[in-house]
Amino acid sequence: MLDLALKGRPRYWIWLSFLATMILIGFICWIREHHIGAAFTTGLSRDVTWGFHVGQLTFFVGVAASAVLVVLPYYFHNYKIFGRMAIMGEFLAVGCVLIAMLSVFVIMGQPSRVWNVILHPTPHSIIFWDMVVLITYLSLNLLCGWTILHAEKKQAPPPKWIKPFIYWAILWAPSIHTVTAFLYAGLPGRPHWMTALQAAHFLATAFAAGPCLLIILSMIIKKISKFDPGQQAINKLAEIATYALIIHLFFIGLEFFTAFYSQIPDHMVPLKYLYFGYEGHNGLVTWMAISTLLAFTGLLIFIFPPLRKWNVTKLIGAICIFVSIWMDKGFAFVVSGFVPNPFDRITEAWIALNEFLVAAGVWSVGAFVITVLYKIAITVKEKVVFDKYGEKQVVD
Amino acid sequence: MINRREFLKIAAFASFIGLGAVSINAFEKKPGKEVLKDINALKGKRWAMAIDTRKFKTQQDFDKVIKACHKAHNVPEIVDPLHEIKWIWTEDYEHSFPGTAEHYISEEVKERKFLLLCNHCDNAPCVRVCPVKATFKRADGITMQDMHRCIGCKFCMAGCPYGARNYNFLPPRDYLKEVNPEYPTRTLGVVEKCTFCNQRIDKGLLPYCVEASEGKIIFGDLADPNSEIRKVLSENMVIRRRPELGTQPMVFYII
Repeated sequence: MLDLALKGRPRYWIWLSFLATMILIGFICWIREHHIGAAFTTGLSRDVTWGFHVGQLTFFVGVAASAVLVVLPYYFHNYKIFGRMAIMGEFLAVGCVLIAMLSVFVIMGQPSRVWNVILHPTPHSIIFWDMVVLITYLSLNLLCGWTILHAEKKQAPPPKWIKPFIYWAILWAPSIHTVTAFLYAGLPGRPHWMTALQAAHFLATAFAAGPCLLIILSMIIKKISKFDPGQQAINKLAEIATYALIIHLFFIGLEFFTAFYSQIPDHMVPLKYLYFGYEGHNGLVTWMAISTLLAFTGLLIFIFPPLRKWNVTKLIGAICIFVSIWMDKGFAFVVSGFVPNPFDRITEAWIALNEFLVAAGVWSVGAFVITVLYKIAITVKEKVVFDKYGEKQVVD
Repeated sequence: MINRREFLKIAAFASFIGLGAVSINAFEKKPGKEVLKDINALKGKRWAMAIDTRKFKTQQDFDKVIKACHKAHNVPEIVDPLHEIKWIWTEDYEHSFPGTAEHYISEEVKERKFLLLCNHCDNAPCVRVCPVKATFKRADGITMQDMHRCIGCKFCMAGCPYGARNYNFLPPRDYLKEVNPEYPTRTLGVVEKCTFCNQRIDKGLLPYCVEASEGKIIFGDLADPNSEIRKVLSENMVIRRRPELGTQPMVFYII
């Protein structure tokens, strides 16, 4: 099936070349960091040791986990509407897990020693488990997606042995994001992260941002190919995202209540810093204001059925929600965990250009893989024309 | 040319010899700890430190201690506070004990400086989070840091509630005026910190800071009820940094 990725129109090759260039730039920037040191190439410091890259890990594990939102209804509940969306969810997960894993890899000061994680397996470290669950999830999605697509190509039903793997992947999706939350939620000196709500909150944001990305991608695919992931499926994803977004905003409210009703300074300071600025430090206030504004814009659009169903506003809403959560979870959440520092002082952090380009390279790796996998899936689907329920897949 | 049959014979014979070698070795092998133990090594079950903050009067008192440590351990002198490396340093009362600092304590205490270093917590979060066991507990309570295994993920720095860990954001060797050949220098991208001078304890010597403090820092075995440290802890008012976190820091401050 891989041969299907080798035939494409010029725009396909231009896009892949663009991604390859970004990967190369990212790679050069990454080498540069290891040459001159992270002091010049990242916005990090001894007080804020994690930043943009760890944020990307957190965010994209979520997007990857959200594949379960189409896989579970389709395979487990036989919800036919997601029949054509399932493969997109699975292949999106593959690319996003790659982004997540590479995002951890690029933070390492000694990348050549990364095999130590396997050479000296340490079950009491959450990073060890993160590696285990992410590699497993990546393999499962690739296996399930590929096998089912292959069967579809041969116009045969999927083999029976794949079922246990599908169920395994379904169970694994919330697990990967729970493990990501545990990276944060168990650290004694970081009160902003240390909330039992963390995993649930992560899942809520994931289940809002993930479907939004799928909506955006579906619309692009509909535009550039003959394959139609299905208007009903897109509408259903928007509904799911609406509920998840509401839960996310509710959880933010819960965090505010606990911090400000208890009046415990350690819990209030990070929130004050993020949303209002604290003792003259307000580096993230505008950032969070934009994120909050986008979240509520997205909510307004998605909560009214006519706006949610109209594709123009739906696309705007999806972009708003996706960007809002990316800004929060992909950076602000990580940095604010280090506020205040262990000496009750505040050190701020920002994203350095070099750091951003490394991240752009990492995204490009994910985008490259997703493009190639989608290309294969779309070509197969275009040829098959009808799915297993006899529904038409191709727009005439 | 050897044929398949000959090859299998040789392979079987070789693996048999190999197995034998492994099993013989298994009987002879002693645990590394026993082999390496120096007869003069200080013996203790839970090393701890008490810093008599009353006795540190002048800047010189602090400088002597800090310099002794930093010079011996090839700690780079980086001025930029965001990326500096410090194994032992000073901080004022309010910022050494955030959350527990008393507002109405005497002005004299408020103006004192406090020596901060790795607390060698009994229940160390950094050890828990390290994915490669580059930071680990010794049987005597020291929280060790293996700079040659560390992958530089900085998880321990997020885990440490005391800001005692340093990441090499800058090439450390560029910031060394002179190198002590007896202690390793570090590379970019690894985490380092105080190790209670494990290399000295194993030779029967006290940590550099304790030696340079000339009695202002007391070091000893907390598990030994007759030790000097137990005596000073029972006779003086002592505080620790962030005891509420349950990390059981092993550095005590006599007020």
